[in-house]
Amino acid sequence: MNRRPEGNLYNFAYLDENTKRMIRRAILKAVAVPGHQTPFSSREMPMPYGWGTGGIQVTAAVIGPDDTLKVIDQGSDDTTNAVSIRGFFAKTAGVAVSARTEEASIIQTRHRIPETPLREGQIMVYQVPLPEPLRQLEPRETETRTLHGLNEYGLMHVKLYEDIAKHGQIAASYDYPVMVNDRYIMSPSPIPRFDNPKLDHSPALQLFGAGREKRIYAIPPYTKVKSLDFEDYPFTVQSWNERCAICGAENSYLDELVIDDQGGRLFVCSDSDFCRKRAEAGPKGASRA
Amino acid sequence: MYVAVKGGEEAIGNAHKLLAAQRRGDPAVPEIEIEQIGGQLSRAVARVMAEASLYAPREAALAVKQAQGDLIEAVFLLRASRAAWPRFGYSEALDADKMQIKRRISGVWKDLPGGQILGPTFDYSHRLLDASLAEKKEPAQTPTAEPGRERTEAGETEIVFDCPKAMRALSRQGLIEEEPAVAREPLDLTREPLDFPAGRDLRLQNLARADEGFLLSLAYSSQRGFGSVHPFVSELRLGTVKVEIIPPELGFPLAIGEIEITECETVNQFHGGGALKPCFTRGYGLVFGCNERKALSMAIVDRALRAKEFGEEIKGPAQDEEFVMQHSDNIEAAGFVEHIKLPHYVDFQAELSMLKSLRENYRQGGGRDE
Repeated sequence: MNRRPEGNLYNFAYLDENTKRMIRRAILKAVAVPGHQTPFSSREMPMPYGWGTGGIQVTAAVIGPDDTLKVIDQGSDDTTNAVSIRGFFAKTAGVAVSARTEEASIIQTRHRIPETPLREGQIMVYQVPLPEPLRQLEPRETETRTLHGLNEYGLMHVKLYEDIAKHGQIAASYDYPVMVNDRYIMSPSPIPRFDNPKLDHSPALQLFGAGREKRIYAIPPYTKVKSLDFEDYPFTVQSWNERCAICGAENSYLDELVIDDQGGRLFVCSDSDFCRKRAEAGPKGASRA
Repeated sequence: MYVAVKGGEEAIGNAHKLLAAQRRGDPAVPEIEIEQIGGQLSRAVARVMAEASLYAPREAALAVKQAQGDLIEAVFLLRASRAAWPRFGYSEALDADKMQIKRRISGVWKDLPGGQILGPTFDYSHRLLDASLAEKKEPAQTPTAEPGRERTEAGETEIVFDCPKAMRALSRQGLIEEEPAVAREPLDLTREPLDFPAGRDLRLQNLARADEGFLLSLAYSSQRGFGSVHPFVSELRLGTVKVEIIPPELGFPLAIGEIEITECETVNQFHGGGALKPCFTRGYGLVFGCNERKALSMAIVDRALRAKEFGEEIKGPAQDEEFVMQHSDNIEAAGFVEHIKLPHYVDFQAELSMLKSLRENYRQGGGRDE
């Protein structure tokens, strides 16, 4: 079957079919063992490592001609890298693209989970720089694989305890480690811990791709995902005293904008689609700007 | 009042236009042709092919042009293309003994079967800028040579084929270790995810495509004492070898072309003692194109990485398989180092609120502002 869109030098969604098959096998294994990092033979992509090559390969392996793709970076569809990745798939796969969370069947993301709740049938694809949650505690892959294999997570608990002893709280603000399905400690990618609760029992399939480190892992729909904490120091998320200056949202993740050099600040939603939808529905908090 | 921090299509489009203009340079000067790059910047092209793991001189020259001479960027362009091309099969092992030799030297034997052939080398040139190269010159007449002989500016010489390896002088006497046995069909680094311990097959593949600068420094560190490799160059040879495949429908090898390679074999300090008969040990380097610096570095690092095999003390990073293999790839390294250019608004915001909350705790705990 010729899967090349008309006039295109490359296969549908860029990767050749053998590579896609290899990635799909890794994804199936990852889904079967939630939170476990499955090695895969990552390819060089036309974007550099660190730009989302893992996510791009996962998306290329799961995308079909009928999909609608949304790509966000820092919560926004308009960030340069999101524009570039969306353009890449629009060109190589000819698929429909959308900025609307509810319209998308595949959402590739860097650093955020949309504020709009996900639904069944959607696939979240996360770009992951460092898939190993224990890496900062143990630099050797041989060691960390063994620790995961033996369910030996003492290192991590000691680290969290030391944070509390030193800072009075667990001092991880993003890439906050989670326990998946009561078995594997997993890096949720550098999403703010604000987004961690959205991982838990999500109706969407969540796939994580780390290109440079050659790992894929997954959270199947409706899987238990618990952010690590202690009984007397329960997990909490970020909150703001401010509201979004555009849509007035009080419960979304906010970006802080520097508006002058006299210390002027403005807060707006990081999720641009969520913000736009709310702003279109009616002016609520814009007057605060 | 709203500050537009989010870029878009237009900004990217303009950036690409500026890049194209920067690449082209002064439009009054004729555009550089890829034949010129391939012919006159051949070592740059060789480096790009080696680190891209793709022997494709024309495409590599194109990559050098497109990357404005940024060789890591050129490697990246070639790698990315390579990754999307189908793999038809594997060639037979190259036979470097049958190399058509351009240069061949030994650091351990003053004279040896086949002789020393100096060939094209910077080694004994005086590094003085040659102002005459800045002037335009008419091309010299292309000389033609007798069959079996080669004509260069240096005159006519005999083409040397089938020259025995210098190492044979040692192996025949059993003074050097046997070629390490091949434990398995070599794995393919570009098709299998890396796992540790990796084995020498994967190590050599990794080193062959490793960043030249990284490998050079590792080799250097090992020679200086972070590690313990004190190599002699048994032989360094440069030339072309045939690439053969066995098509399944034919069942016998068929030459599909030739490639230029640089190969280095080193002799290193002893292994053995006690009950074990002492012998020299081997290090091996092989690189696409003309690149002796890299072939030598590779042979040193290969030997350093065999420390565990010989029960040697691990004293430096060059002996640490995981350290070397995880950090040798310049495409991986450049990507991760440079990705911090991308926006990190969300994470930074998270850190900012964390710091504010730590400050708040500090204040409530009686801490004072200076």
